[in-house]
Amino acid sequence: MGTNIKFIQGNEIFAEAALYAGVQFFAGYPITPSTEIAEILSEELPKRGDKFIQMEDEISSICAIIGASLTGLKAMTATSGPGFSLMQEAIGYAVMTEVPLVVVNVQRGGPSTGMPTSVAQGDVMQARWGTHGDHSIITLTASNLGQAFRMTVEAFNLAETFRTPVILLFDEVLAHMREKVVIPASGEIEVVKRLRTSVPKGTNYHPYLTREDGRLPMSDFGGIHRYNVTGLVHDMWGFPSTDPKVAYDLLHHLVDKLENQAELLARYKTYYTKDAEILLISYGSSTRSALHRIEARRKRGLKIGLLELQTLWPFPRQTVRRECEGRSHILVVEMDMGQICQEVKKAVSEPDRVFLANRIDGNFISPVDILRALNMIQGKGV
Amino acid sequence: MAVKDYIRQRFFPQIWCAGCGHGIVMGGMVRAIEQLGLEKNEVVLVSGIGCSSRVSGYLDFHTMHTLHGRALAFATGVKLGMPHLKVISPMGDGDALAIGGNHLIHAARRNIDITAIIMNNNIYGMTGGQTSPLTPFGKKGSTAVLGVIEQCFDIAELAKGAGATFVARTTTYHVKEMIKMIRDAIAHKGFSLVEVMSQCPTYYGRKNRGGTAVDMMKEFKEGTAPKGSKKLEEQPGFIERGILVNEARPEYVSSYMDLIEEYQNQRDNSA
Amino acid sequence: MVKRIVFSGSGGQGVITASVILAEAAVICDGLNAVQTQSYGPEARGGATRADVIISGEPIHYPKVLNPHVLVCLTQEAYGKFSSIIRPGGLLLTDPRFVKVERKVDARQVELEMHRAVMAEIGNSIVLNICMLGALIGLTKLVRPGSVVKMVKSKISSDFLEINEKAFGIGMRLAESAEALWSASDS
Repeated sequence: MGTNIKFIQGNEIFAEAALYAGVQFFAGYPITPSTEIAEILSEELPKRGDKFIQMEDEISSICAIIGASLTGLKAMTATSGPGFSLMQEAIGYAVMTEVPLVVVNVQRGGPSTGMPTSVAQGDVMQARWGTHGDHSIITLTASNLGQAFRMTVEAFNLAETFRTPVILLFDEVLAHMREKVVIPASGEIEVVKRLRTSVPKGTNYHPYLTREDGRLPMSDFGGIHRYNVTGLVHDMWGFPSTDPKVAYDLLHHLVDKLENQAELLARYKTYYTKDAEILLISYGSSTRSALHRIEARRKRGLKIGLLELQTLWPFPRQTVRRECEGRSHILVVEMDMGQICQEVKKAVSEPDRVFLANRIDGNFISPVDILRALNMIQGKGV
Repeated sequence: MAVKDYIRQRFFPQIWCAGCGHGIVMGGMVRAIEQLGLEKNEVVLVSGIGCSSRVSGYLDFHTMHTLHGRALAFATGVKLGMPHLKVISPMGDGDALAIGGNHLIHAARRNIDITAIIMNNNIYGMTGGQTSPLTPFGKKGSTAVLGVIEQCFDIAELAKGAGATFVARTTTYHVKEMIKMIRDAIAHKGFSLVEVMSQCPTYYGRKNRGGTAVDMMKEFKEGTAPKGSKKLEEQPGFIERGILVNEARPEYVSSYMDLIEEYQNQRDNSA
Repeated sequence: MVKRIVFSGSGGQGVITASVILAEAAVICDGLNAVQTQSYGPEARGGATRADVIISGEPIHYPKVLNPHVLVCLTQEAYGKFSSIIRPGGLLLTDPRFVKVERKVDARQVELEMHRAVMAEIGNSIVLNICMLGALIGLTKLVRPGSVVKMVKSKISSDFLEINEKAFGIGMRLAESAEALWSASDS
């Protein structure tokens, strides 16, 4: 069997990967720079006998995929900043009701309408804290399209495994660029199926009673088990409760099920880190500029390496701490005002060694920008 | 199946105030479902937030208590996800017409096979008596102590204009009529909406000197008239009851399934 | 080997399609790596359009082009905006119908009457972009000509295939004569 090499655009690869992961339902609303995902799936899903609907806004889009996920379908939506803002309340609902789904946010310049066709990475904290109340969430990203394919499949897998919404935080550069991708063969990447309850008809099924292995088997709406789903604090049956113990346990369950697995969920890559004195930390498309600069500097003998974060949330604190140990300088490369930089500072023992190389004007951060920051932290001036 | 078999008895008594009309509407819904002979596992209730939305917790179907205003958006996902299910959304007037107004008109426009039961008590009850888009001009609420200065919606006209193919209006006084209308609405293929005028003696009644629940229901009896009736002709100020729209138009999910078939035919032909 | 190319012109001239075909030919047919990016937004609807392509045997990290080895300008506006970014010793390709070359850049400037040739021999300016690709390949040998033709075939509906292939040939021919002139003047 020959390898399947494609020259393909980011949004196309996100859609193709979602299909590989078994997406069966998409609801969305057009927004730059994510629209192509909806356009592609509007054709590919009905072709496969699956469902696509263009909703009246992003609020209804995410609500529709929550409803569809409860009927047993793998569901997703795709949007960008303003739409992602509109989705926040329902993301909280999905967290609270433990409904698996995937939200792609192709980041663009913000706040507000911002710069619709320009790149930015300013939604990192919104992905983490956009919805109200204590909670946890999984957020993944990627720096090239081959990786984006794998992370998209991973997002669906983690959504099913942990019964949680997963955010794929891509960006305009990644979404619109085209590059070579080797498409994995069917079966090459594991695809996690929904875990359904084995409780037989006539026996009580508890939708929110955690199994010993920590997992919560589901039952499809329309199936043999009837239960209630609510955004209110609820008991193991899914019925509202005002019992303080129920509330305490539920909140801990929602946070702990992900935060306690932070290292297991940590996806990252290291480049040239073995002897690196200076460590760059980056994620998403910014990684590409960082890597470009590192390879150029390496040729000049500079001991410099890169930690690329693919999991942003839960923040891989241990990994970051370990990788930063013993470096002279840490330089975080991102296209926002330091949202991940702040997390890195919190994770390391010497936050004074952590610096930021960023760009927030809509231009893609360039290797020259990184060189300037490197010169500055090394005391060579700008 | 007996009517009481559709009820989650352990949650009774329910939370509604004494005299509230919503229990009557819930009773009407259950009886309509019973008369249609629907299995519990083929019905999904999707409600939003508010007094009315608590209906979903009390009935033994697949139930979702969702976000304020968004019931129909969630319901759309359920219906398109699993087309054989009967999807019913019990809603309030603020829930359906204010925060959820956009989803209501778009569900109607799509003509998706969902039944919206709107319990219109002209006020926000759960939050304590604020005016809603259904509070008539001049009537009072806790956010309009001198009387509301906005015009109110006509739910039926709005639904009709948006493309709903089944629209009916009744009251909590006219229980038999209500059961029949809800039954017809659920059986209808397409987006159906039943507005049930429901009394809120605690807030709407008290703030507007409407009297007791019984007084308010008397008003429903005496201030409304059936569509096409002589009484309505003579008294144009009366509120019209009855099935106001009942039309056949392509239903969204059916059209979607046709689309799937069309793609399949294309593939078969090219193969 | 890394080659950076910038295509520029106005919306509707097909410069983006040309950039995708070139990059795709490099990846699918010639076994190279390539990255393509383009300008989006209001400027892409009628204003100055730009598409960047990087072709390399190695992995490509930074996807944008700062200093292109090759710059194609199909409007005066694009020329004014981008001619200064060309890498010293690079190649600038223009069509005198659209661009009056003003400034001196430290690059080989090639002016080819692609539009005139296409109109004279085909009578449809829709294939100007493919003619331009033909000229570009003729001048630079970035990818094999056959690779481009193969990609054109996979992208363009059969009704327009013949005129596109013809346009590609015209471009190659124009490049050949320019090369002949260049070497003559060189010697």
